[in-house]
Amino acid sequence: MAVIESSTDVVLSGVRGGPAVKTLRQDRWWLQPVVTVSILTAFVVYSTWSAFNPHNYYVGAMMHRDLISPFFSPCLASSCVEGSQIGFALSGWSLSPAFLILIFPLGFRLTCYYYRRSYYRAFWWSPPACAVSDGHKKYTGETRFPLLMQNAHRYFFYFGIVFNCLLTYDALRAFHQPGIGFGVTLGTIVLTVNATLLWLYSLSCHACRHLCGGSLKTFSNHPVRHRLWKFITPLNENHMKFAWASLIFVALTDVFVRLVASGAITDFRLF
Amino acid sequence: MADVTMKIWRGDASGGEFQNYTIEQNDNEVVLDVIHRIQATEAPDLACRWNCKAGKCGSCSAEINGKPRLMCMTRMDTLPEGPVTVTPMKTFPIIRDLVTDVSFNYAMAAKIPALLPKPMPEGGYRLMQEDVERSQEFRKCIECFLCQDVCHVIRDHEDNKANYAGPRFFIRIAELEMNPLDTNDRREFVREDMGLGYCNITKCCTEVCPEGIHITDNAIIPLKERVVAANYDPVAWLGRKIRRQTKKTSAEAAVQPAP
Repeated sequence: MAVIESSTDVVLSGVRGGPAVKTLRQDRWWLQPVVTVSILTAFVVYSTWSAFNPHNYYVGAMMHRDLISPFFSPCLASSCVEGSQIGFALSGWSLSPAFLILIFPLGFRLTCYYYRRSYYRAFWWSPPACAVSDGHKKYTGETRFPLLMQNAHRYFFYFGIVFNCLLTYDALRAFHQPGIGFGVTLGTIVLTVNATLLWLYSLSCHACRHLCGGSLKTFSNHPVRHRLWKFITPLNENHMKFAWASLIFVALTDVFVRLVASGAITDFRLF
Repeated sequence: MADVTMKIWRGDASGGEFQNYTIEQNDNEVVLDVIHRIQATEAPDLACRWNCKAGKCGSCSAEINGKPRLMCMTRMDTLPEGPVTVTPMKTFPIIRDLVTDVSFNYAMAAKIPALLPKPMPEGGYRLMQEDVERSQEFRKCIECFLCQDVCHVIRDHEDNKANYAGPRFFIRIAELEMNPLDTNDRREFVREDMGLGYCNITKCCTEVCPEGIHITDNAIIPLKERVVAANYDPVAWLGRKIRRQTKKTSAEAAVQPAP
């Protein structure tokens, strides 16, 4: 039975009630982990394939377009195709240019509070679902290395903002088609939607909410930060939706650019 | 009117088993109504804790078909066809049948340093609405301890109970930390003594909360971010150095002034 040695020391162990089974849940609790594993695995497989295949990631002046895949922007290696570079190039980098940059968006998503919830449940089974037994005998959570590194989330957020600015610049640049002038194509819409979703995902982040005003004890002394916090809070409530939408759309944007660059489809001009 | 089979855990610390009761169920009833009918007809010795029958006292917490819920707020017609299983909360030691010993929670509550208000100015304290409304959400807690029950940190790992306060007390600490009158600094305390790092934000506490408190988003993650600023953020550390601010140790935060 329960024993409390004093009013503050916790020495509570005792026989628990209920049967010794993993769960008594009767609903389809396994569905959510299965969907999460499927989508995240598909994304990791596709993005790895894409990073290892540095071809057709840019649609340039030859096709009267200026479209770059988000997996390769900013293109920093000297091996980047003409027109895709951002102004300077790292010479001597022989691997795919994607490897120079993907660590930042990857780190942002890996340390994101929402994704942590999803992959701890789906991949780590810690726990697989609410009121379903944890898949591990010992559990120390995020108190030790390497999971202690989850606390670096706000730094990946800062890098994420820089990447969002660059991808927004890419989207704006795409509206000027070489040899034609200003125009709206399917590609400009795809890049704009991609940048917008990434902004929504970043701004709805919990670290952003904290930095904007959540850290304050007294809102009334900081009216600007309070307004920022009130602006971020409803976005934060939809963080999960933005996380999935931006993840899927960034992969679709890469697919689109590759298809246009390879000539499989045409970037349809609207006006 | 129809019959329903209730599969209820009966037993105490010496052992237990499921017992089936097939009993009448009326329209619009909740699980607690059926439990009371079983007590009145077939099993007068069935132990069950309850009080308000309105979802406000937090007494009738149990696990219904494996999910932590209040028996008084779970309508029978929302449950799937077939026998309904009712078991005691798994995280806490059993006393008898559906009644558990939740004193772990009282021991944890006693550890939390209370409000340490600023000196009262002439004319009394004045609080602005925007400063108090954030933590008002946490005051809705009815202490049903369903969030504590579902939290896998202690549900599946008994040895963590000595080091981990649980979601209910994280919202209590968040409420104090967000109080504009409070002068204490519980960031080290919540990291070291309350085991905030054990929480891996799987949001089960939020899912089961009958009051709809956003425990994870509005209390636990803000606390985690405050702990990051205090311990893992070199820019925040530099800012503290420049402004000559210090953070309180866990022991310093626990010191309370004489009443």
